[in-house]
Amino acid sequence: MSVSKQEAAKAYWKDNLRLMLILLAIWFAVSFGAGILFVDQLNHIQFFGFPLGFWFAQQGSIYVFVAMIFFYVWKMNQYDRKHDVHEE
Amino acid sequence: MDTQTLIYLFVGATFALYIGIALWTRAGSTSEYYVASKGVHPILNGMATGADWMSAASFISMAGIISFIGLDGSVYLMGWTGGYVLLAMCLAPYLRKFGKFTVPDFIGERYYSQTARLVAVVCVIFISFTYVAGQMRGVGIVFSRYLEVDINTGVVIGMCIVFFYSVLGGMKGITYTQVAQYCVMIFAYMVPAIYISMMITGNPIPQLGFGSEVTGTGQSVLERLNGLSTELGFATYTDGSKSTIDVFFITMALMVGTAGLPHVIVRFFTTPTVRAARLSAGYALLFIAILYTTAPAIAAFARINLLTSIPELTYSEAPQWVTNWEKSGLIAWLDKNGDGKIQYGPGAPFAGAPTFGPERGVNGERMVTNAPTEAATELYVDRDIMVLANPEIANLPGWVIALIAAGGLAAALSTAAGLLLVISTSISHDLLKSNLMPNISEKKELLAARVAAGVAVVVAGLFGIYPPAFVAQVVAFAFGLAAASFFPAIVMGIFSKKMNKEGAIAGMVVGLAFTFSYIVYYKFIFPTAGPADWWFGISPEGIGTLGMIFNFVAAIAVAQVTAAPPEHIQHIIEDIRIPRGAGAAIDH
Repeated sequence: MSVSKQEAAKAYWKDNLRLMLILLAIWFAVSFGAGILFVDQLNHIQFFGFPLGFWFAQQGSIYVFVAMIFFYVWKMNQYDRKHDVHEE
Repeated sequence: MDTQTLIYLFVGATFALYIGIALWTRAGSTSEYYVASKGVHPILNGMATGADWMSAASFISMAGIISFIGLDGSVYLMGWTGGYVLLAMCLAPYLRKFGKFTVPDFIGERYYSQTARLVAVVCVIFISFTYVAGQMRGVGIVFSRYLEVDINTGVVIGMCIVFFYSVLGGMKGITYTQVAQYCVMIFAYMVPAIYISMMITGNPIPQLGFGSEVTGTGQSVLERLNGLSTELGFATYTDGSKSTIDVFFITMALMVGTAGLPHVIVRFFTTPTVRAARLSAGYALLFIAILYTTAPAIAAFARINLLTSIPELTYSEAPQWVTNWEKSGLIAWLDKNGDGKIQYGPGAPFAGAPTFGPERGVNGERMVTNAPTEAATELYVDRDIMVLANPEIANLPGWVIALIAAGGLAAALSTAAGLLLVISTSISHDLLKSNLMPNISEKKELLAARVAAGVAVVVAGLFGIYPPAFVAQVVAFAFGLAAASFFPAIVMGIFSKKMNKEGAIAGMVVGLAFTFSYIVYYKFIFPTAGPADWWFGISPEGIGTLGMIFNFVAAIAVAQVTAAPPEHIQHIIEDIRIPRGAGAAIDH
């Protein structure tokens, strides 16, 4: 790898790690946070006919997971091109 | 046409379809056999992953389990979906870029060690066999329930079908049959769900009906359910009874375990590009989520139905489906107080699953011979009823029942086939080609893979026919061991350039040994243990999380004091971190 390519790869990896950590934080917050640790507190709030904590635990976290992966795919495709490491 | 004929017709037609696909997609090379030549479109791979992932247990039992435990059922819902986020972001793209065939391939090369590879092979085989044993039993049970053959005959028929398409088509055949199986399965799951949702709430979308008002009561589904539960003495549906720490650890173990299961990971080796691997993870979860967000809705609807349609009725007033499923032993009633009415409440009416005597009781019910318990409840309800009896509860026509039979079989067969393929690949590729006989020709390797698949089918079938007493207990094993062994080793292999072979091996061994001993101790040696005896109140189902933490800690500690990995390994890591050049990796 040439020096500029190595630089690009490094910058790409940094962007990737940042995106991943942000998304993992959301992943943790909706499932372990809202669905488990704070489920009782959130259950006092009503949300479209559900206690909110229960909704996160049995519905909401799953929707967020799906949306999150598609967002990740979209963002990573951008990063691939930005740093010129995309597949031919 | 009567229902039984329809069942034969549907099951026969779907089997003909699977076999047709297998003939059409025969594998001719090891690359086709192991990873379908890395040419699977992300949407198709997503469907195949969904079918591979969702077993007979997801299809038949999950909604029922949730129905009986309410909020605590969330561990399965979140645990078996959240792992795909980890797969998509931490594993799949990099393993695809690495470009080999198996998980032990990655472990062996990244940690430049045959020992590491061997540890990985042993784990793969152990995890996959534990898992497949339950699947073959599931195939037998579904067959026996719908085709009126005994369970063992069902297992044998299932073995023949799986043998045919996994041995012939390898990954290529399995992938395309799984796509068909996914379609059959999801259709079969959704049709009754939509009808039940309409019946109870008037809303055709189960996920929305779940939050709607129960027709004619002015209460939402969950309010109604909490009210009914309290009335009959059950715990409220939206509150859990497991401790928070246990729920946390079980959910984490299932998520991480999912991301570490070899038959799931290998699916991401089959995509043409790194981009496609990421996208496949998204589609896989989308297709899985359709079933997983419907299941808790079915659970709630079925529970309302059960709690409103049976208690305090006499046997002859009870709905038709009660007597129908009493015939197959999934429902039983023991009139303990002799009032002729069915009382239903918390606890078990008698010890264990019902065994029936030859005669009928005074009300016409089948008499059970089990010893009654102290509890006031008189009704035994198998949790599988919640899915199996749905079509009858909603008064749906016979073809829907036939559809559920075909769906249940699709779920069990697709998972079994995926697991058997992983086992055969481990033996022919990781054990023979990479270890014992490195000079084996491709043709011989392919033959070895097919022979291994054949042997694995037979062994799995024997497990199905003579289930070891612990089959029901061992699911915890598969997830716990995957969480405590592969996940940390692979993640560190990608994200840490400093992780070396000593660290990785130490981590895997510590994680495995700890998790294995904990589960064996609390499941088999001291099975009466409760939360008070467990470490920090963590059940054996959740202990894989602690095993994973120990793995990370041990690996990092050992890597600190041993030599860094060699130069060429650093280059491998740099290379797998960027997508460019993945196409070239196909021909390794």
